[in-house]
Amino acid sequence: MSVAFRRLCLLSPALLVILLLVGVPLCLMAWVSLLDKGGSAGVDWSSAPSAANYVRLVWEEDFDGTMILNTGYLLIFLRSVALAAVTTVLSLALGLPVALWMASLSRTGRDVMLLLITIPFWTNLLVRNYAWLIILREDGWVSQFVNMLSPWPVQLLYNDAAVAIGLTYSFLPFTILPLYTVFEKFDWRLLEAAHDLGATRRRALRRVVLPIATPGIVAGALLVFIPCLGAFVTPALLGGGKTLMLGNIIQMQFGASRNWPFGATLAVVLLAIMLVVMTAMALWRNRRTA
Amino acid sequence: MTQVPPSPAVSIRTVSKSFGKGIYAFRVLDDVSLDIGRREFFTLLGPSGCGKTTLLRLIAGFETADSGAIAIEGEDVTARPPFHRPVNTVFQSYALFPHLTVEQNVAFALEEQGMARDAIRRRVGEALEMMRMGAFARRRPAELSGGQQQRVALARALAPRPRVLLLDEPLSALDLKLRKEMQIELKMLQEEAGITFLFVTHDQEEALTLSDRVAVMQSGRILQMGSPREIYEAPTHRFVADFIGDINLLDGEALPGGGVRLDSGTVLPAAHAASGRVTVAIRPERARLVPAGTGALEATLVHSAYLGTAMLHKLELPVGGTFLLRQSDPAEAAPEAGRRVGLSLPGEALRVLAQ
Ligand SMILES: Nc1ncnc2c1ncn2[C@@H]1O[C@H](COP(=O)(O)OP(=O)(O)OP(=O)(O)O)[C@@H](O)[C@H]1O
Ligand SMILES: [Mg+2]
Repeated sequence: MSVAFRRLCLLSPALLVILLLVGVPLCLMAWVSLLDKGGSAGVDWSSAPSAANYVRLVWEEDFDGTMILNTGYLLIFLRSVALAAVTTVLSLALGLPVALWMASLSRTGRDVMLLLITIPFWTNLLVRNYAWLIILREDGWVSQFVNMLSPWPVQLLYNDAAVAIGLTYSFLPFTILPLYTVFEKFDWRLLEAAHDLGATRRRALRRVVLPIATPGIVAGALLVFIPCLGAFVTPALLGGGKTLMLGNIIQMQFGASRNWPFGATLAVVLLAIMLVVMTAMALWRNRRTA
Repeated sequence: MTQVPPSPAVSIRTVSKSFGKGIYAFRVLDDVSLDIGRREFFTLLGPSGCGKTTLLRLIAGFETADSGAIAIEGEDVTARPPFHRPVNTVFQSYALFPHLTVEQNVAFALEEQGMARDAIRRRVGEALEMMRMGAFARRRPAELSGGQQQRVALARALAPRPRVLLLDEPLSALDLKLRKEMQIELKMLQEEAGITFLFVTHDQEEALTLSDRVAVMQSGRILQMGSPREIYEAPTHRFVADFIGDINLLDGEALPGGGVRLDSGTVLPAAHAASGRVTVAIRPERARLVPAGTGALEATLVHSAYLGTAMLHKLELPVGGTFLLRQSDPAEAAPEAGRRVGLSLPGEALRVLAQ
């Protein structure tokens, strides 16, 4: 038995799982995105494949048959990317000091913190978002406190900021955990070496700590940015139906609108954005470590 | 006009340091005082765990002393952070930056100083050349051998030409030939650039040949400080005598008015001002083999080793214990093993140490 064949045999369970659970559904989705919407089933399987759904993303047919630009979906795409980016930056900014601080704790301190950080996962996402609804709504104490300080009335709920807060809250652990694993292994003597060579605390952070933490930062950023793009519970609840994100319109197409092909089209585009982001990150990292 | 003598490069005043708290407190440095002159090559010698690294870390600013003060070139730096002290360290553990190449590691301090690019490139090249590491400039620390990493650590600390350089066993990972070369390079750099070296090594020969002065430490204290010759020829403590080089130690009683009666009953004509229990110390190269019955001591030859430049004889004393004797001319005839011989111990070679 050749080595290559043995390797194939050993890999086959994993390959099979990937093929059946990832490859086939992806192809199916891409195929559906080219079809017409059907009656009650959502898809007209007998329709001829065309790119009509992709055209619909940007162009709209006017009453007299001319095509005019439709920026509605484009704006939702942009808002989704922007909100995901803001959430990523916020999560990193909050997660970095927390992870650094955790790494400086004693063994038990670290274990307790890890437990505390994972506890929210035991609660349903929906419930946690409802909690924010209560915290941010007009008669909630946070809102009352902010309005007491602010000279003009501030609305905390049902806007982009509320969605960003909710998303950051939900995804913060995904930046803390990879950063913590980096800092836990960090050789603090390197910091002494940097100080010895004249770097102040800030310079040492910039020139030694952050570069060595880059894999954790990239992992944390991807783990937040990508699921954020597709998030739909948080914008639906905290955005109050006004601040729609990609995830919401995809969900609508598969739900109320029963337009599966268009939903699939949106999903394919979302996937493409993620691929572009991940490739860019990978290239950037390779350039840095080359 | 009277000239004010320049303040010492490093001045350590009654510094103590403990690790741990309460009943777990462990005193690592005990009331250490030390002055290192400008441009001096000063070496710390002492057994593992005696506090050498801790003393260096206090000077560099990575630890704070429990009490006492540290001044560098006359300025009190006791409360200053490490990045504001004019010292660089060659770490015992190297502590190279894994994400930077060799040349980036060496350029680190120069960049922090805001030196011009050209000057940095030149300085980095020089430092790497000196450490015979020019060919490895583009590698990362993980792609180097232990000895190569150590030389990068040296180059990195040397490149900024600090006023004071702290070297914690900087040559320990090098082979003998390379180590000798590096010793010469370091000594030349130290003299040319006028840098004060505070050097830690376990290699006594290295300490004796390179240093202007040596301090011998034991359990957090400095026992003796002096020129290599003083330390070697005139140790003041039994520990120092035993720690530096080979030596024979013979216990006995000090006789009033000079001389020591050994426990074997023999009286040695050693000059001293001590009383009570003492140890007589004599270096192996200072004793001579003589025919049995004519020397101060009698012994049996156990084993002779040819060292190339000398013969080393191991002898057994009648009361027990071994005696080492170094015969500087290996061509000179030596008795066979098992024979009884006499030992001639010149009076001026005997050191009497309090116990
Ligand atoms: N951070 C620390 N916490 C507790 N004890 C320490 C710490 N650092 C050093 N020690 C102890 O202090 C003593 C002196 O350590 P130090 O590293 O100064 O020894 P050294 O003379 O450099 O030894 P070596 O020659 O093995 O490098 C040792 O007993 C060590 O265990
Ligand atoms: Mg040490």
